[in-house]
Amino acid sequence: MARRKFEAIGSTADIAFLLLCYFLMTTTMGDQSGLQRRLPPIPDKEQAQDQKVNRRNIIIVRINSADKLFAGSEAMDISMLKDKIKEFLTNPANDPNLPEKEPKEIEGKTYNVSKGVISLQNDRGTSYQAYIAVQNELVKAVNELRDEFAYREFGKKFSRLSEEQQDIVKKAVPQNISEAEPKDTGKK
Amino acid sequence: MSKFGSSSNKKEVPQASSNSLSDIVFMLLFFFMVTTQMRETEQKVKVTMPVASEVAKLERKDLSANINIGSPTLQYQAMYGTDARIQLNDSFKTVSDIRDFIAAERDAMSEAERSLMTVNLRVDQDVRMGIVSDVKQELRRCSAPKIMYAARKPAKD
Repeated sequence: MARRKFEAIGSTADIAFLLLCYFLMTTTMGDQSGLQRRLPPIPDKEQAQDQKVNRRNIIIVRINSADKLFAGSEAMDISMLKDKIKEFLTNPANDPNLPEKEPKEIEGKTYNVSKGVISLQNDRGTSYQAYIAVQNELVKAVNELRDEFAYREFGKKFSRLSEEQQDIVKKAVPQNISEAEPKDTGKK
Repeated sequence: MSKFGSSSNKKEVPQASSNSLSDIVFMLLFFFMVTTQMRETEQKVKVTMPVASEVAKLERKDLSANINIGSPTLQYQAMYGTDARIQLNDSFKTVSDIRDFIAAERDAMSEAERSLMTVNLRVDQDVRMGIVSDVKQELRRCSAPKIMYAARKPAKD
């Protein structure tokens, strides 16, 4: 009697092993992570004129076909890009050449929200790796600014805030990265 | 001394019970069932994703459509060459096929969730941006503005 019971359990283990092998073979680990973006809608001709942004509010980050990076008008190494973007978005010295700040009321408090827009341009010959590296630096700059803002206002890191507080921070430090219309900037 | 010796000689080592074995295997099974997802399509292009430290997880996997871009794997190189190609579902496609693909993916979703659809761009790191720009422009025309550049986290923090 006891022996029969023992055998029954043994076969359950075998069946479970088979199932386990089946799942190991047919499935993959979830590895879907990445940088999320929103593409702008196709602009109408009338809209295009409305969207003209003041020159000081825009920084053009360009990657050419040799993966060289230009921010504003100067060539730059990718390691310097983050600080440049942070300076651009915060404008600590109220430089008239850097973006203006607009007081905006969010949830009963007024914050100075930068009107800066980062315009990212690339060439058809730019490698995807370089493009993602630049995208990553831009996101990193915004994330760090959000963290700093969250520390100032709530005394916590951005990721530890509640959802409502995160919304406030997101509005106060917007992530305005525009991916421009593709242009052929490489000389052929 | 002898007392201890005799008693230990007599006693057999009890056989390890295998009753818990099935429990352990089942637990492993459930772990894999929960953490993995079905492999839907065969990879026909080689995709080595670029590294990015600021990646965010895709929240709704069921609301995403995958577009793979990369050079064909070895067995397809004779037919398609080594130039970067777009793979939708199970076959090589061109930029003009994206519209139908997006429409089909949209139809498979419920009405309320269609606007939440994210297009997951799985692009090989050595691909040139030209083909990616074409895909992005086509996605804008299909009004599927939510995209994600698939990337992996660097190995160490």
